[in-house]
Amino acid sequence: MATTALEVASAVRAGERSARAVVEEHLAVIGEREAEVHAFNLVMADEARERADAVDAAVAAGSDPGPLAGVPVALKDNMCTRGVPTTCSSRILAQWRPPYDATTVERLTAAGAVIIGKTNLDEFAMGSSTENSAFGPTKNPHDTSRVPGGSSGGSAAAVAAGFAPLALGSDTGGSVRQPAALCGVVGVKPTYGAVSRYGLLAFASSLDQIGPFAHTVADAATLYEAIAGHDPRDSTSIPEPAAPVSSWLDDGVDGMRVGVISELSGGGIEGIASDVQARVRVAADALAAAGATVEETSVPSVIYGLTAYYLIAPAEASSNLARYDGVRYGLRVDGPNTEAMNVATRTAGFGDEVKRRIMLGTYALSAGYYDAYYGKAQRVRTLIIDDFAAAYEKYDVLLSPTSPTTAFELGAKVADPMTMYVNDVCTIPSNLAGHPAISVPYGVGDDGLPVGVQVLAPLMGDVTMFRVAAALERSLP
Amino acid sequence: MSSPISRDDVAHVARLARLELTPDELDRFTGQLAAVLDHAADVEALDVTDVEPTHHPYPLRNVQRADVVVPSCDRDEVLAEAPASEDGRFRVPPVLGEEA
Amino acid sequence: MTDTAPVVEPTLPDGWELVVGLEVHCELSTATKLFCGCRNRFGDDPNTNVCPVCLGLPGSLPVLNGSAVDYAMRLGLALNCTVNPAVFARKNYFYPDMPKDYQVTQYDLPTSTDGHLELPDGTVVGIERAHIEEDTGKSTHVGGSGRIHDATHSLVDYNRAGIPLVEIVSRPDIRTVESARAYASELRAILTSIDVSDAKMEEGSMRVDANVSVRPIGSDELRTRCEVKNINSIRSLGRAIEYEANRHIDLYDSGQTPRQETRHWDEANGRSTSGRSKEDSEDYRYFPEPDLVPLDPTGAQVDAIAEAMPPLPSARRHALADAAGLEAGSVALVVERGQDELALAAISAGADGGIVIKHLENNLADGTGELTAESFAALAAMEADGRLSATQAKTVLTDLVASGGDPTSIAAAHGFEAMDTGELDAILDRLIADNPDEWGRFVDGDRKVQGFFVGQIMKATKGQADGKVVNMLMQQRAAG
Ligand SMILES: [Mg+2]
Ligand SMILES: [Zn+2]
Repeated sequence: MATTALEVASAVRAGERSARAVVEEHLAVIGEREAEVHAFNLVMADEARERADAVDAAVAAGSDPGPLAGVPVALKDNMCTRGVPTTCSSRILAQWRPPYDATTVERLTAAGAVIIGKTNLDEFAMGSSTENSAFGPTKNPHDTSRVPGGSSGGSAAAVAAGFAPLALGSDTGGSVRQPAALCGVVGVKPTYGAVSRYGLLAFASSLDQIGPFAHTVADAATLYEAIAGHDPRDSTSIPEPAAPVSSWLDDGVDGMRVGVISELSGGGIEGIASDVQARVRVAADALAAAGATVEETSVPSVIYGLTAYYLIAPAEASSNLARYDGVRYGLRVDGPNTEAMNVATRTAGFGDEVKRRIMLGTYALSAGYYDAYYGKAQRVRTLIIDDFAAAYEKYDVLLSPTSPTTAFELGAKVADPMTMYVNDVCTIPSNLAGHPAISVPYGVGDDGLPVGVQVLAPLMGDVTMFRVAAALERSLP
Repeated sequence: MSSPISRDDVAHVARLARLELTPDELDRFTGQLAAVLDHAADVEALDVTDVEPTHHPYPLRNVQRADVVVPSCDRDEVLAEAPASEDGRFRVPPVLGEEA
Repeated sequence: MTDTAPVVEPTLPDGWELVVGLEVHCELSTATKLFCGCRNRFGDDPNTNVCPVCLGLPGSLPVLNGSAVDYAMRLGLALNCTVNPAVFARKNYFYPDMPKDYQVTQYDLPTSTDGHLELPDGTVVGIERAHIEEDTGKSTHVGGSGRIHDATHSLVDYNRAGIPLVEIVSRPDIRTVESARAYASELRAILTSIDVSDAKMEEGSMRVDANVSVRPIGSDELRTRCEVKNINSIRSLGRAIEYEANRHIDLYDSGQTPRQETRHWDEANGRSTSGRSKEDSEDYRYFPEPDLVPLDPTGAQVDAIAEAMPPLPSARRHALADAAGLEAGSVALVVERGQDELALAAISAGADGGIVIKHLENNLADGTGELTAESFAALAAMEADGRLSATQAKTVLTDLVASGGDPTSIAAAHGFEAMDTGELDAILDRLIADNPDEWGRFVDGDRKVQGFFVGQIMKATKGQADGKVVNMLMQQRAAG
């Protein structure tokens, strides 16, 4: 992209560019390529223009609209926007208009941002390719025969295609980082609790975290600072202000200790493509060249992450998605009694992947299986946290691939859920531990498609994570 | 190794989850769920009896709010989203079973 | 409370014993709901106290009401429970009243455990647990007869959804219908005296479910129990338990066994009916609520709540009974009406405890108005030493309640002059002379003729004589 979010905001705040003009430019790009990419469930052209005019009026009146003044932001369609359809890419919520805004939406507005549309996702954020949308798949802007990753594929594609300099997604098992990697943009999963979940339609409550997409680490940091910080409406929100992640971006990695997770880099889990592994090695070398100590290290229990995740996330989801019953909002398919109406509504309203996970989660929680499945998975989670704790005694950050492969062909993995699930193998451990992680675009694979390198940090280590990511970004030619 | 989930199990959880499956779907989902649960065998084999479960990745305690009234939603705005309403209430087909 | 409708104590057939545990849901009288700032108020227009949280709208999250936790801990301590660190869980089942299709409750780690409650007659009932949970909305069944079974549709109001409840689960320690009713009354007295709930059964802010089983006397087994719901008054509670127990006994007598199930009390027809058979719904898939964090009250917090605890009904009964020189059970009504403070003050001002309790129970049910401890004590003294008859005292008391004042001058204004005992002696002399046979029988110990003499004296004195003084004079004469 020609300009970064920071450049846009600074020009708008200085009165050098109008927010309205910025919106029109982006609407024009959307007009050119959206039909092909299908990043959006809804382009909010009128609302965006109105909002941009308000930003311009504020500037004209001499007030500061905020650090994201006039910057278009694409919002994953699982965050509530008052009066504007919020669908989760599901038939069951096809035209639902929430009576309230998500905290992130309020904060974007307070920071001067302009929400330009609601982006496509795998239904209820369940998927890794954005093919599980009730409204059709999103395509990878780098190659429209390929998936953008998921579940926040619409947001990743929107940034990659130049529809908006910034986007928000949600990351439960890698749903921001993996599509960021596949679309060649920066994607962040903050520490669990750093960003409020109020107004985020829940998938798996103990794993979900909203995070930024951007072209640069600095842009992502600015968006992070705008949305993070304590929210009294979310009981799991960390009672601290947003970490000042922008302040340290230029400080480099001299003297830092970096561990490359061997299990995720060819030494444990199968299926990590060699071209992806190669890019991680290049990144490790670049950090070493910038003054860091880089070693390979083992985090043994990460190999159990995928299994634990595919018990915990569906279990929480099975409960979170019970409320879609046709009584209060959304789709209703009628029946002779309420129970039959519930069944008809849910059967017609949910897609296969959602049904699969609801049933898996219901089973994992059901009498006689709780201890073996859900209970055990929550204990494995502790093992992973303990192993990470041991690693962070020796290292400031850890490094791994973000996604095992570059973007795959549309339809290639839809038939076999397990093949699809393996896409999240590198990203899931951070969700289980609640730790922050970021995907930085780091060159291309053998097929010329983007590869992402993941920087992982300990709980509340968001500042260090951004600092290393910025150094990595600077090391690119 | 025997299948970790049977067709009857899947029918049972579908009923609990208020989903209806065709016989074909029942077969397909049984196979798919079994594949995922087979994968769980490695975790099942782990001895974690002395390990505490993690339910919240960020350890917080006693998060509470003050007992102070805040304005409620506008009823018309809320009911406008309801599939059916009547007399200021949400309307549903007859309810089977016990009186609440 | 005063559920004073006379109830005939039912008896189970010979050889059978009742085993009852009660589950009581009480709504806490906080200003707002358990997880949102919507008003907690009964009787408002439907769906006016609702928001994204209590409607279970997608994306909404719960935040715990600190007062609800304080109230629940106060209640736990009042029930002599241990207050523990606690964790909220989700209880998953579908019901249109329940906005999220799961109920947030406490499951394996409840706030309060292992307490007990003492009934006025001294019986102690164990409390297994008292946990915090959210209430559901309310359905109205429309069409047909307005009953659920033949309704054409239902209408749901979520004003009640999310109102904080404490569910108090007793141990199966209750052995009589009377104890079950006393338990419910006592619990209500505790709830209101510690100011955590209105505890109005008629408004549903206190709801009692009974787990009923029976067993042969002498056995200590626990047989199949049925949970009887939809009990709307303390009187119904007695009827429902009695019905259910007899239903079980009839089944056992005919060689059958009751099925463990939830049943509904049908007050109009005086019977319980079977609920829908729940083949699946017993699997609630409880798991820790990920949207809420654990509760871990500090010792100091619990101590502060304990220190601020007002005196509880059982302690108040014991205090008043001790002061009045009576049994705890005989002052229960006075304590329940909250008149124990006045009674204690009157007694410490010198009043006879028996007289004070008698007046409070019999003559002051509608309140004590302008009556002060001092005037109450003065009145009791006049009555005790015979300056006023019981009838006269009651008249003076009525005036004291209405407008206060000095009992001596009120008595004078009514013309209640104490009878001179000399005058009474003379009347008694004359009566003995006129009725020698009757007097002879009285002297021989036939107390039935006592009433005859008292009646004659009252007639002769136009009711001015104090019955107690007359009795005393007669005893003295008879004794020789
Ligand atoms: Mg309960
Ligand atoms: Zn509310």
